Amino acid sequence: MTAVAAVAVVADVGSGSGFGGPVSFADVGLALVLVAVALVVSWRRRVGLESDLAVATARSFVQLLAIGYILDFVFRDHGAFTVVVLAVMIGSAALTSAGRAAGVPGARPIAAAAIAAAAGGTLGVLLALRIVHASPRVVIPLGSMIISSAMNTTSLVMSRLRQDLAVSRREVEARLSLGQPSREAARPWQRLALRTGMLPTIDQTKVVGLVSLPGAMTGMILAGASPLAAIRLQLLVMYMLLGGNAFAALVSGELTLRRLFTPDHQLIRTLRRTPP
Amino acid sequence: MTALIEYREVRVDGDDGPIVAGFSASVPASRLTVMVGPSGAGKTTLLRLLNRLDDPDGGSVLYAGRDVRSYDVLDLRRRIQLVGQVPVTFPGTVAGNLLLALPAAGDGGGGDVAGWLARVGLDPGLATREADRLSVGEAQRMCLARSLALAPEVLALDEPTSALDTASKAGVVRLIRALADSGLTVVMVTHDPAHADVADHVVRVEPYSPDRRP
Repeated sequence: MTAVAAVAVVADVGSGSGFGGPVSFADVGLALVLVAVALVVSWRRRVGLESDLAVATARSFVQLLAIGYILDFVFRDHGAFTVVVLAVMIGSAALTSAGRAAGVPGARPIAAAAIAAAAGGTLGVLLALRIVHASPRVVIPLGSMIISSAMNTTSLVMSRLRQDLAVSRREVEARLSLGQPSREAARPWQRLALRTGMLPTIDQTKVVGLVSLPGAMTGMILAGASPLAAIRLQLLVMYMLLGGNAFAALVSGELTLRRLFTPDHQLIRTLRRTPP
Repeated sequence: MTALIEYREVRVDGDDGPIVAGFSASVPASRLTVMVGPSGAGKTTLLRLLNRLDDPDGGSVLYAGRDVRSYDVLDLRRRIQLVGQVPVTFPGTVAGNLLLALPAAGDGGGGDVAGWLARVGLDPGLATREADRLSVGEAQRMCLARSLALAPEVLALDEPTSALDTASKAGVVRLIRALADSGLTVVMVTHDPAHADVADHVVRVEPYSPDRRP
């Protein structure tokens, strides 16, 4: 089975043989018993997460129901909406990522650019090399995986770079005082931020199959595909995420750096005012 | 005395109001100027305006008769070397630290590491030592050597003795005096009025007060 066909199998999990039949809403309702267990634990142990659990459960239901109907609509001869779906995903991811990058001016456009670069660059390569077909059923699920992973990378890079430059203000300004351009002066901290952003995916790739059976592979196996077909898809996904996150780290690191310095190679005012 | 640097009605705003307001002073060329004042008077801020780590919110700072903002900022920073209050060493050897800024100065070659170390009273044998293993006093001198390696026109020093013990303080002050005597323009910021004794020119910096200043 090719990777493309494997994706199609994952998407068809609703009638998957791995469950012995389609998962009905009644089945989903029964699974709420497990949420009830979590609620009881939270309540009895006074963890105080009951409302969070309720909101998370309700939101996941509504959001997945909505995306289910949307994907169903797009997959039924409305492929032109693929770009819209991906754009909405990128926008939502950018808002979430920017929310974790307090103190970075222009965090939203930076995150949007980085995540879009990750999605566009990675999907572009996959399509150009004809590894996958330009079909909504393939592009949307793969795109969502790239976007989700790039969102985390972008958050890490933006927040780490901002935080490190604030903490290391004395060292950064010592380099600037020696006549180094801001890009050169900040290079050690930019390098650290890129490492921070990219390492989780690299580590995940290193231990895949040893520590966990990741999502795409698990989905295929549950859907009844052979494990050998599942690993081919999983490898594709892992390599795709490595590439996508590199795009996201590079773009977010570069754009964040530009926004944390003035054109005159000064740290921005809020960083200058931070006691070193 | 020719003024090399002029502060003209300078104002710098902080988050809670002006840090400095209506400040005017001049710094003569080839002399040791000491800017003395209590903590919080904005002395460090005034020094940072010279190499444009900060810009004034009002007024101007002139260098050789031109607003500092009219210079290429990287060139200005090489010409006006600022050494901070706490010595900053970069990873690597002392020699590596001294050579760090040289490519920016257009010197792709090795450089006279031993000569620079000797100029600030350090043993040239320290060149191969890891910079983070220097004492605070040695690190402060190494920072001076690193700046001198760029052949600056002005040396701007922010409380250069505040992190040192008494013996090291006297040595660093003598060194600064000798640098000024060699023709270098030196501006030193300090809260210690005793340093005014070694100065050719003294500028007093008073804390901003709304009653005293606009």
